[in-house]
Amino acid sequence: MSVYLLRRLIQAAGVVLAMSIIVFVGVFAIGDPVEILISPDADQFERERAIIALGLDLPLWQQYLIFLGKAVQGDLGRSFVFNEPALQLILQRMPATLELAFAATFGAILIGLPLGLYAGLKPNSVGSKAIMAGSILGFSLPTFWVGLMLIMVFAVQLGWLPSTGRGETVEILGTRWSFLTWNGLTHLAMPALNLALFKISLVIRLTRAGVRETMLMDYVKFARAKGLSPFRVTFVHVFKNILIPVVTVTGLEFGSTIAFSVVTESIFAWPGMGKLIIDSINVLDRPVIVAYLMIVVLMFITINLVVDLMYSVLDPRVRLDSK
Amino acid sequence: MADSLNPATAAAPTLEVRNLQTHFFTRGGVVRAVDDVSFTIGRGKVLGLVGESGSGKTVTGFSIMGLVDAPGRIVGGSILFQGNDLAKLSEEEMRHLRGNRIAMIFQDPMMTLNPVLRIDTQMIETVLAHEKVSEDEARARSRDALGMVGIPSPDERLKSYPHQFSGGMRQRVAIAIALLHRPDLIVADEPTTALDVTIQGQILAEVQKLCATTGTAMLWITHDLSVVAGLADDIAVMYAGRVVEHGDVGEVLDAPLHPYTHGLIGSVPSRNKRGEPLRQIPGMTPSLLNLPEGCSFRARCPRAQADCVVMPELKPWLPGRLARCHHPHLEEVVAA
Repeated sequence: MSVYLLRRLIQAAGVVLAMSIIVFVGVFAIGDPVEILISPDADQFERERAIIALGLDLPLWQQYLIFLGKAVQGDLGRSFVFNEPALQLILQRMPATLELAFAATFGAILIGLPLGLYAGLKPNSVGSKAIMAGSILGFSLPTFWVGLMLIMVFAVQLGWLPSTGRGETVEILGTRWSFLTWNGLTHLAMPALNLALFKISLVIRLTRAGVRETMLMDYVKFARAKGLSPFRVTFVHVFKNILIPVVTVTGLEFGSTIAFSVVTESIFAWPGMGKLIIDSINVLDRPVIVAYLMIVVLMFITINLVVDLMYSVLDPRVRLDSK
Repeated sequence: MADSLNPATAAAPTLEVRNLQTHFFTRGGVVRAVDDVSFTIGRGKVLGLVGESGSGKTVTGFSIMGLVDAPGRIVGGSILFQGNDLAKLSEEEMRHLRGNRIAMIFQDPMMTLNPVLRIDTQMIETVLAHEKVSEDEARARSRDALGMVGIPSPDERLKSYPHQFSGGMRQRVAIAIALLHRPDLIVADEPTTALDVTIQGQILAEVQKLCATTGTAMLWITHDLSVVAGLADDIAVMYAGRVVEHGDVGEVLDAPLHPYTHGLIGSVPSRNKRGEPLRQIPGMTPSLLNLPEGCSFRARCPRAQADCVVMPELKPWLPGRLARCHHPHLEEVVAA
């Protein structure tokens, strides 16, 4: 187990290094931030001074090595715009995004699993067909459009839910959370649903496919032949088997939820990382973009590791030995 | 549940299947997988149910267990278990018998145990499904059952997962699960087909011992005549969803009445036929979707005559010997 973890960590370090090079070169290729950051009426001398101050006069490889040297010490550079450490900027906004992503993922599981289970157990019922048709909508409607429609209906027409911001927050462990107040929850509901819609459909389809496949297995028939109640057959014998693909996919999806909550955060003015990255790209705030992407890479690697570990809990055949 | 069983019929044979019909209603038409199957198994007896793939053996087994899934359905006949008709029981009543009074062992031991649940979970739940005992007692019973089927250090093995067992060991676990409630009847669907010969021999010997000591009756479904010869008391031969021959295993194998049984025994390769080409029954098993009229073996039968277009009845030709044929091999029986 520890050998397995160590190997995974070394692999992860390799991935982070490779990603840092790609990100750094990629962001360099996007454009020259000097044109945006320095006012057009600055004279040549001021320009030179600013470029040197930002470290943009050095060749790319030297810039990269300096970045790498500082990154190892936990310094991902200072924002050109806010003149604050990029890492701090992102971490300030991270709880808001995490809160949104967690709410969306849990919502997807809480809604998707029961619906998928029903659709799998009674594939020919009208309810199942409605669920499956609905899941196609969830897959194919674009997030931004659904978000706008939600605002139109629930905020503008009905006036039930607020359309922007996080609402009242409670501070716990130095960060602010919306889900602990009723007002905050009403603010969280729509963006979370918007972000969850695609995932709900995904979980429904995965669960249904899993149930349909597992129900045909000999071990399910054997469980029935043992005289177990239908409840136990479904919720112990079938359920534990379908959890394996569901956990894998929702786990991996969790990473992309955080990374790509950009659209939802923009529509609902949710003050998270996604909104920060969009603003930073607009002004070519390189250190923030690079830091954001590095954090996302780290997050994906961590999530993958967690999913693999959960796998070994769910499926005893997966052994994490270094064989 | 056990109270509702009629005690007056305790003397009845453990299982009496009468004219059982199980049909599958598919888009392509009605598949008569089991069509008029009858046999009896006495207490502590083993009946070998023999036939080729698709002859309806397994569906017969599932019909007895009440595990025929849609689009299949029992459409006729009766399954008398200690005198009570299983086909008339509700699903809930049937569930209380299943795994309790009637147990089943499946063909492929690699597939019958749930891969994500430990052996103890899968055994204890079986005990608790039918009896209100403490978990500790259920565990002790499970351990004893594992020991009984010859699994070494059962205490440790209880904590294992199925993938940590070999195929033979898994089948022993499945047999141990079947034995947990000391059932009156075990339906064994080709339980040794997927195992190698030495393991098969060990398991057969143990099953035989258990039946003799506990008085459990057994329906042993197989296509392996040598297994039936060594294990069963009686034999029923199935062809195209019907029993074509039923009788004492020694008598039937020595001098079969039905031409199909005759062909089946003739097809077994053996040492004294070395050098000769292997014999086989000409033709193919007919499709169950559109069986020809009359005897379904007619097209492949060397003894078929004009009157075979009328379906023969399963009737006694000799004491204790039933055959569904107009022209059985009587002369050979007399000669023997």
